[in-house]
Amino acid sequence: MHRRACALAILATGFMAGPASAYMAYVSNEKDNTMSVVDTTTMQVVKTVNVGQRPRGITISHDGKHIYLCASDDDSIEVIDTASLEIVDTLPSGPDPELFVLSPDGKTLYVANEDDNLVTVIDIEGKKVLAEIPVGVEPEGMGVSPDGKTMVNTSETTNMAHFIDTSTHEITDNVLVDARPRFVEFTPDGKQAWVSAEIGGTVSVIDNQTREVIRKITFEISGLRAESIQPVGVRITADGKKAYVALGPANRVAVINTQTYEVEKYVLVGQRVWQLAFTPDQKTIISTNGVSNDITFIDVATDEPVQSVTVGALPWGVVVSPN
Amino acid sequence: MSAPAMPEKVAGIMPVKFEKFGLRHYLICLKGVVLRECLRFLHQRERFISSLVRPLIWLFIFAAGFRQVLGVSIIPPYKTYVLYEVYITPGLCGMILLFSGMQSSLSMVYDREMGNMRTLLVSPFPRWFLLVSKMLAGVSVSIAQVYAFLIVAWFWGVKAPPIGYLMVLPALFLSGMMLCALGMLLSSMIKQLENFAGIMNFVIFPGYFASPALYPLWRIQEASPLLYKICLANPFTYAVELIRFAFYGQIDWLSLGVVAGCTVLFLAAAIIAYDPSRGLMTRKQDTGGNA
Repeated sequence: MHRRACALAILATGFMAGPASAYMAYVSNEKDNTMSVVDTTTMQVVKTVNVGQRPRGITISHDGKHIYLCASDDDSIEVIDTASLEIVDTLPSGPDPELFVLSPDGKTLYVANEDDNLVTVIDIEGKKVLAEIPVGVEPEGMGVSPDGKTMVNTSETTNMAHFIDTSTHEITDNVLVDARPRFVEFTPDGKQAWVSAEIGGTVSVIDNQTREVIRKITFEISGLRAESIQPVGVRITADGKKAYVALGPANRVAVINTQTYEVEKYVLVGQRVWQLAFTPDQKTIISTNGVSNDITFIDVATDEPVQSVTVGALPWGVVVSPN
Repeated sequence: MSAPAMPEKVAGIMPVKFEKFGLRHYLICLKGVVLRECLRFLHQRERFISSLVRPLIWLFIFAAGFRQVLGVSIIPPYKTYVLYEVYITPGLCGMILLFSGMQSSLSMVYDREMGNMRTLLVSPFPRWFLLVSKMLAGVSVSIAQVYAFLIVAWFWGVKAPPIGYLMVLPALFLSGMMLCALGMLLSSMIKQLENFAGIMNFVIFPGYFASPALYPLWRIQEASPLLYKICLANPFTYAVELIRFAFYGQIDWLSLGVVAGCTVLFLAAAIIAYDPSRGLMTRKQDTGGNA
């Protein structure tokens, strides 16, 4: 009797857990000023929301209630309620925000302002700018260490990764990387920062202690010219074992073993793959494919592409709801 | 007037009483025909290798060259982007079946020239059964070739979902039967072995190239609407699509219907063509190669 009750309880929780795994992916479509909402279980677009002009960087609050979206040509960050899918607020961002990162405590946004060589620090609750940090020319990539103490910005023209102390808002180190650094991703243990270089065609692995490049990862795909391999978005699994790098016009996502720094596989996706996002269960990684106007779901266990789904025009960034 | 006299005449010529055959007899006959074909295939190692090399050349060389040109498009049954070599693999399976089907028709012509066919055709079993046995023999051999090819392709990185390898078996069988039946029908029309080159020019090449084996039909439609219609009228098109969908665990009902229908049609035509009283065989008797 007791055992049966137990079994029932397990079943019930199983059922309850079922719907919870239906995450929503939010995709910013740069060209048609919309955001596509995609159910990650059915892999279908459930809604398309009109947003500000030229939406690019996109992230979500830790409780999953608000989406933050860089409306680059509106010079603001829009706050979208995930329940109503309506723009409920805007945050001051400085001109032309392209990419940003949310601090681990969820209170601060670090924004790269591409046009005026600044990183803007925004207090979300107070809706005010806390600091403006001058960095190199054309700031773009933004990363923050898991402990929240270090923030990294890359400047596309200066070709540097700027390590910034989040308490003083001062640059502590500048690390030279390859041409046109686009994106920064910290390893989950916070020991390394991975920086992709679009024109250089490499990913530099920087030691967060010594602030030196300890490894440069290169890519080679048979039948493709080296120029068409342009690393952009980088994501590392929560267990720190695998890294995924979007290779732009190479139409591939590289899967890298983080222990050996070797590329283990190239996953074929749509054209001009730009950014990546994991589902919270880490079973799927989603790529945005700008030129083919779709996103591709990749199974993390097998690294096989599962399905491509058409979204809006020129999908740029993607974020998945945490719950 | 002559019609009523016929039975007497026939009875006069053939006083033999027809024995009723049991299932066992049929199976012995079938086994004999299939085994002969398999043995012939196994003994001709060159034939096995060449049947494997042909699609592999397409896979290794042709697909590599065209990878960039035709590599990106999503059409059912594919759900995401596939490499060109993945796209043409079902077409290459179809190619193996097509060549194999025509090869079995070649072997029919050969048998006729060499006189082996008489041995087969004087057998007391019904003609249709002998022809179907012969086709089953041909299809078994070609399915073995397809799986050998798929194993090599697997190591080349062309992988279908595991269930697809099982699901494709009935599709291969039905497509193989259709092409073998077509080959059988054609073999009844070919007088001599040398004429086989005609089959090559008029059946294999148009059949293969006017199909979605190498390029998706929407691309053909873009290039020429007429060619697209020709492709749609080509039974091989449906064989390829049937195999392609089966690889991904899906059934393309239109293809299934067309392939099944064509199989029945070609088979019936072949049986009629090989029927000595009605078919084309009688008309050929004086011109037959072994005469």
